[in-house]
This record gives sequence, structure tokens and C-alpha cells, in this order.
Amino acid sequence: MRSKIIPALVLALGMVSFSGSLPAHHGNAAFDNEKKITLKGTVTEWFWSNPHCLLQFDVKGDDGKVVHWIGETQNPVTMTDEGWSKASFKVGDEVTIVLAPVKNGLPLGRIVTAQLPNGKVLGSNPNRPYR
Amino acid sequence: MVGAFRLQGRFEMIHRLRFSTIVVGALIVSSVALAQSERPQAAQGQKTAASKDQKSAPAPRHDISGTWEPANGPSEGIQANGVKAMPNDGKPEHQLPYTPYGLELYKSHHALEGADSVLPGFYNDPRDKCEPLGFPRMNFYNLRETQILQNEYKIVMLYEYATTWRVIWTDGRPLPKVVEGGVLIGNEVKEPRYYGYSVGRWVDDTTLVVETTGMMGEDRVWLDTSGRPISDQLRVEERFHRVDRDHMEWTVTIDDPKIYTRPWIAMDKFPLKLEDPHRDVMEQYCSLTEMEKYNKLFGNPSSGEGGRAPEK
Repeated sequence: MRSKIIPALVLALGMVSFSGSLPAHHGNAAFDNEKKITLKGTVTEWFWSNPHCLLQFDVKGDDGKVVHWIGETQNPVTMTDEGWSKASFKVGDEVTIVLAPVKNGLPLGRIVTAQLPNGKVLGSNPNRPYR
Repeated sequence: MVGAFRLQGRFEMIHRLRFSTIVVGALIVSSVALAQSERPQAAQGQKTAASKDQKSAPAPRHDISGTWEPANGPSEGIQANGVKAMPNDGKPEHQLPYTPYGLELYKSHHALEGADSVLPGFYNDPRDKCEPLGFPRMNFYNLRETQILQNEYKIVMLYEYATTWRVIWTDGRPLPKVVEGGVLIGNEVKEPRYYGYSVGRWVDDTTLVVETTGMMGEDRVWLDTSGRPISDQLRVEERFHRVDRDHMEWTVTIDDPKIYTRPWIAMDKFPLKLEDPHRDVMEQYCSLTEMEKYNKLFGNPSSGEGGRAPEK
């Protein structure tokens, strides 16, 4: 019972805190940068955009449930310097993603590396400030 | 009558746009032609002209044209935590000399970066509404590859971020005087501008000093990403010192008596290196459409406790 009440309270507080506030590009505090998780999934969208690119992909768990993840990268200019492009992913690609997850437990994170179907690994310089 | 004024205004705007396009186009053509004649062997798309092992040629006289990038890498120009020489990191040596009004204004700016940053739901940076960054914030935020074109009358700076340009007049005209409501040019009061009014003069063979006034008032433009303020009384001095052909130093001094009790240096000999003249600079833009999608999918749910689940 208690385990159901606490997430509900957290969700309610979250809805209160977001209602009426401006949309948020975010700071660095949202991420657990010390933690890295590896995910194997199928690309559903690669959004090459500012202020950050977004990779959406579905990950099937051992229980058969599919979790929809979104990983962000830096902006297109920075990612181009890192060897990424608008054509790096297409829908249906099987990819392996390493990311730093957000602290609030949602399936979101900052991509550290992305392994493409052909085995090529795209990286992201962790020392660059996110802008 | 109102319609006639509007129509006339449109014609003037179109005329100005055409003129600007012609001038910028002419500058690009002359600059590219000059660059090609200097380095015909340069490879297409190669990023950096200067090799580390190769000693650079001397600086040309009265010439800062070229495509320049931060010499120590792109991170140097992003200046995420505030201006490079005085980051907003809480250290006593980086405290700015605010006037009481300046401090009050600073506290009204809720930034995502810096020592007084706020949580994502509470910030009010005009950047994220895709407002023009304005001057001098253009020098202090996402300063990446910068193309400088010049002729005998003017120098044009093309910034990569938000594909923004500004003109520095070198034809001998005086710096406009700041007056109530704008700047005085001749007998006419002209409106404040996001990028101000700039004039430059050569103080020696390789150093250009640029002064700028007539920027937007304090409600429109921040000085940097940490929310430091400026006012309509701001006067900025820039010194571009071309050390040799491939390297330049850029120093920016802020003088705003309404906000700061004394002038202070925001960029101190910031090093730039010359890129290959064939380098095709990418766009980095602010799009409300993309920003909205980003915030919906990622920015909002990733921020703080209890974010919403991502939407497909």
C-alpha cells in the first residue's frame, strides 16, 4: 500500500510544480552523471534538432514489456564535430545505447555512446558543456 | 494614411534588406577571392588552416578578416557559466561591482546557470523564447565559428549562433551619443538596437579597437547565460589584436555605470585561430517549433522530481 502512495504523491507534487511554469530547456542538475546504463533497443525516431537532438527507441525487457526511452545529445553543430549526422539512425535500427539517466527515474537520459547496427560506435565528449 | 506609412515602411525595409544583401554578398565575394589568392592549395572543408608545427606568417596590416574559431576548442566559446574572464562561479574574485540597481536587476533574472541558478521551472532567460541574444551576449554565448569580412568602409561579423550579423563601421564616423530613447546620429534620435551601433579604428597595424553603444534596455538582453544584466547606458570596448596570420586575441570591456560601479573585463585576450577559408560554417539556430518539441519530450519531464512520462 505504502509503495503505491509514495509514487502517487511524487507524481502529484510534480504536476503541481509544473503547472503554470514556463517550458523548460534544462540545466545539468537533472542527470545522474555518475551512473551509466546500457540499453539495447529499436529506434523509433531520430530528431536532429536544436537545442538538443533526441533519439527515441523502444527497449524490450526480460518480462516482454516494452519501455519507450528518449536519449538526448548535444546540438547538431557539436554532434557533427563528434561524427554524428542527421542520417546516423533510421527507424527500425537496432542500437545499443549507453546513457546517463535522469535522477527522477523516468526513461530519459544523456547519451554517452551509441552503437549502430554495423558495429560503429558514436561517442559524445563528456567534457563539453551542454548547450 | 496609416496604410501609406506602413507601405512606405515596407519599401524601406525591403530596400534595406536588398542593400544589406548586396553589401554582405560583395564582402563575401571579395573576401573569398582574397583568401583563395593567398592559399590556393587549401583543401575543401578542412577545418583548421593553422598547423601546430607550422610557424604562422606575420599578421597582415589592418586586416582581421577570415573565419575564426576559439583556439582552445569549442567549449571555450560556449561560456556556459558566464563570461570567460569572470565566470559566475561564486568565487570572490569573480564578483561583479554591481550598483544597487544593477544588483536588483541581476536578482530579477532567473538563470539556469551560474552561482544563483534556479530550477528549470523558474527561469526566465529570453534565450529560450528564441529572442535575439543581442550584443554583447553574442560574444559570450555559443561563440563558435565566426566569419569576419571587411572592406574599406566596414567590418561585418557573421556569428554562427542564430546566424546573426553585426556591422562595425570603419569609415571614420563618430560613435553615436546615447540620449534619452536611443542614440543621437546627426540631429536625429535613432532607436536602440539589439546589436547596437559600432565604430572601429586601427590603433596600430594589427589592433582594431571597436566601441559600441545604443543597445537595448535592461528588459531585453542579458549580458550572459548566468543572468548578469546590462542597461541602455552600456558602452562596450573590444580590442581585436591579430597576433600573426593565424591567431587573434579578443578583449571585451564592459562599461555600464547604471549597472556596474566601474568598467570590467569580460573576455581577456580570448584566443582565436584562423580556419581554412573554404570552411562551410553550419547553422546553429533557435527554433520555437523544435524547442517546443524538445521541452515536451525531454526538457520538462527530465527536470526535477515527478516529471511526466515521455510522450511518443
